[in-house]
Amino acid sequence: MAVETAPAPVVEKKKEPLFSKKNIRTLRDPLDDNNPITVQVLGICSALAVTVQVKPALIMALGVIFVTAFSNLIISLLRHSIPTRVRIIVQLIVIATLVTIVDQVLKAYMFDVSKKLSVFVGLIITNCIVMGRLEAFALANKPWPSFLDGIGNGVGYGIILVVVAVFRELFGSGTLLGYQVVPQWAYDMGYVNNGLMMLPPAALFIIGIYIWVQRSWNKKLINVS
Amino acid sequence: MEHLLNLLIKAIFVENVIFAFFLGMCSFLAVSKKIKTAFGLGLAVIFVMILTTPLNYLILTYMLKEGALAWIHPSLANVDLTFLAFILFISTIAGAVQIVEMAVEKFTPALYNSLGIFLPLITVNCSILGTSLFMQEREYNFVETVVFSLGAGIGFFLAIVLLAAIRERLRYANIPAPLQGLGIAMIITGLMGMAFLSFSGIQL
Repeated sequence: MAVETAPAPVVEKKKEPLFSKKNIRTLRDPLDDNNPITVQVLGICSALAVTVQVKPALIMALGVIFVTAFSNLIISLLRHSIPTRVRIIVQLIVIATLVTIVDQVLKAYMFDVSKKLSVFVGLIITNCIVMGRLEAFALANKPWPSFLDGIGNGVGYGIILVVVAVFRELFGSGTLLGYQVVPQWAYDMGYVNNGLMMLPPAALFIIGIYIWVQRSWNKKLINVS
Repeated sequence: MEHLLNLLIKAIFVENVIFAFFLGMCSFLAVSKKIKTAFGLGLAVIFVMILTTPLNYLILTYMLKEGALAWIHPSLANVDLTFLAFILFISTIAGAVQIVEMAVEKFTPALYNSLGIFLPLITVNCSILGTSLFMQEREYNFVETVVFSLGAGIGFFLAIVLLAAIRERLRYANIPAPLQGLGIAMIITGLMGMAFLSFSGIQL
């Protein structure tokens, strides 16, 4: 049977330090200039529904960082031996295995959070970030930069998740991580929690505004779409 | 019967995959620039949805659940394979999408070309896997599963065609530069979600 292999990238012989400038850039770019959610438009899917409170958002972010980092690492290690034609299936199997690990760990040690996240842990599999980074980066790069790229993108995703969750929990229920932040006297004077923040559309508004602020700040992102 | 109709309405409007759960947002935002492509993608999603979710239901009930393997040999009655659900679900979906892709390429090449990369990407459309996972979590029976997946598919179709129509109109609107494209699409989706919230509480 004819087996097609991915075209091997030109191997650079020069040995570079573990945290060379290029590697740092790989790690840092996804945090702002190349953020997976607001710039690459990947992985909005499973993200927003878990942002009503900060705690599930943090756990979800950690899960995604774990999955992106290690799936990038594994696929990058295997990149010369995966036939191009079946690579999607191979990638899905690797991702699904890692997600199963995350899901089982959550069920065993944090059952209440696992219940709250419900199907969204499983949906990390179809989170476009993971797949997108495998296709765009891990298939053509060495394991260590791929690992860093995975961590960078996971963190870039996590930042958005936590920012949205902080806004929604603070204005929606007056708490942060479950601790009361808005003091009682404010309620006595007539302050009311914003019920809209608890509803799904609020997440979309916050991301929309985040994109607006980010692009006004960083003009070169305009019209990247 | 009323119960099933109720489930269908709920899946289409009240618990719309896009507006209530944000499932399938990637292709939702990326393919909603023209009504025609959005229409085609919506139909493909409905089709894949009602194909894969009942299939996954059968896999779950007759292969994975605790005691499901008892029909092979009584000694297998204690085997619980539900932890394999993710891997098997996604494999079913990837296979079904492959079939749809070949069918579309053969019968409607024009649609195939306009959908481009987004047809294979239905595999990683969260709404499809999400529907299967909701089916597992809410423990629907077979008929309910079929009705629920149909409703979820129609919900996605409705949402993407509506957004495409609004975005075609938006080309003539004067939007601040940093908000153009993705930003305004997000905010519009949020507004549409608020409109859909008015369906909540409807019982037939």
